[in-house]
Amino acid sequence: MAQIYKPGTKLSSTVCKTQIMALRVPSEELEISCGGAPMQIGDPAELGAMSGENAGTLVGKRYTDEAETMEFLCTRGGDGSIAIEGYVIDIKAAKKLPSSD
Amino acid sequence: MNIHLILQMASEAMGYREALICGDTRLTFEQLGEMAKSVAGQLSGGEKLAYLAEADPAFPAALFGAALAGTQFVPLNYRLSEEQLDAQLKRIVPAKLITEKSISVEGIQCVSQGNILAGEPSQGEAPDEDGAVAIELFTSGTTGEPKSAILRHANLMAYIFGTVEFMSAEEDEAALLTVPPYHIAGIAAVLSSTYAGRRMVQLPNFTPESWIALAQKENVTNAFLVPTMLQRIVDHAGDNLDLPALRNIAYGGGKMPRSTIEAAMRLLPHVNFTNAYGLTETSATICMLGPEDHREAFASDDAAVRRRLGSAGKPIPSIELLIRSEEGVTCGAEEVGLVWVRGDQVSGEYKGLGSQLDSEGWFPTKDRGFVDAQGYLFIDGRADDVIVRGGENISPGEIEDVLRGHGAIKDVAAVAVADTEWGEAVGVAIVCHHMVEDDELCALIRANLRSSRVPSVIKRMDELPYSETGKLLRRIIRDGIAD
Repeated sequence: MAQIYKPGTKLSSTVCKTQIMALRVPSEELEISCGGAPMQIGDPAELGAMSGENAGTLVGKRYTDEAETMEFLCTRGGDGSIAIEGYVIDIKAAKKLPSSD
Repeated sequence: MNIHLILQMASEAMGYREALICGDTRLTFEQLGEMAKSVAGQLSGGEKLAYLAEADPAFPAALFGAALAGTQFVPLNYRLSEEQLDAQLKRIVPAKLITEKSISVEGIQCVSQGNILAGEPSQGEAPDEDGAVAIELFTSGTTGEPKSAILRHANLMAYIFGTVEFMSAEEDEAALLTVPPYHIAGIAAVLSSTYAGRRMVQLPNFTPESWIALAQKENVTNAFLVPTMLQRIVDHAGDNLDLPALRNIAYGGGKMPRSTIEAAMRLLPHVNFTNAYGLTETSATICMLGPEDHREAFASDDAAVRRRLGSAGKPIPSIELLIRSEEGVTCGAEEVGLVWVRGDQVSGEYKGLGSQLDSEGWFPTKDRGFVDAQGYLFIDGRADDVIVRGGENISPGEIEDVLRGHGAIKDVAAVAVADTEWGEAVGVAIVCHHMVEDDELCALIRANLRSSRVPSVIKRMDELPYSETGKLLRRIIRDGIAD
């Protein structure tokens, strides 16, 4: 179910507790999955079986594709891995700024 | 987006951590999350939530609770006169007002700090409406009627995502919060501390004694101060300030005198200092001068490096910055002009006046300044404060810097005074350590700057007027000299 997403959209995994929010997305159709199953807007009534990568997601981490054309924030961690068009995306290294407030 | 997500993530991922300390009250992030739900449960009719009190646990609960209910949070200045306050309240109706004061304005429903937290918790999700407004914040209005700045959820979230990593604070970290709720730095501190998982220690009434005592008692690691607060702490401490737990001091909200930051660095050599430059309209910090820059400048014999102690630093990665002349031409290094910024955290919008951004998204800060060859920003002051003498623009800052170098001068402000020949001329208000002749000060300026900078009036004062949040009140000085 590929579709065009906009920043701020939240997607939930259908196989684990993972929830992500789009921070930066290209304006083209994307197929976003977690643990091998398409992610959806809103939490599912019940979880399905994991069928893909299950390295897990960590709350608060940013995930990006290799070319850094998009960025997602994990707002709730879970057991599945997130993939775009079938390719698993990774944690983006944090840039440390001094505390300013 | 919705700023409530910050608290939701904190209470889900680190709900057990201590979130807030105020007097004898101690709350975890989970408890703060429940308090915000209670606040949201009382906001059903789409009314705004205003806050007229010093910082206490109801402040963060109200900030996040209003967001959860999908309405705007409007913190108000409790130092305003009754008349000024009435005028602001009439501009935000209908609203619930958290206050202990008795206020009667049509469309304003008062509720105490205790009662706003006593309701049935909201079970709903925070709404995610495109372009929704999170906060309305009245600017200080030093030059006229206070403007109401609009900060959208997306602006504030962009600031947080651009500057803070989630749960990046160590479990022992504690931030001492002294800036009031109606100041952008007071709001930014709650959002960043919550996202980082750093416990917040509230100090509603700043005095140097109470700040030092609380920092010692709660093993405070981080603090934000406006320059006058840091100066008062330095003055009070003398040669010895015993704060072994303290690691980071950020400062901003006004011009930091070189002598103050140098004294503070000598007094607290183990502490990292960061200058944070930002405006209400930019959702807080847009430039930073970090700890390494401070140390390098402090130790350097090179005047160009050493003067960076007075710099606002470099733009943060998510912000672009330009200096433009009055005519809109981009300035080169060292060339003074107007500071323009661009980025997702920049709202640049006032209620009733609309967006102030140009067609390419640049916001005019109305601050004057320049960037050096290495990209460090130096702020010269507000464009409105420039003295125009016979068509020549004179920056108060250059005169103040020269006079501050004189041993007799404790504090100084240069302002415009009416002049029959030149339209405006330079007036100077000084606070002295000891007696000094006018002629001597005039000669000092003539020797360092052009003769047009020599003041036509010098007024001696016991102290200069500052707002509670450390802004020099130039209008009062101008009026005082005019009399």
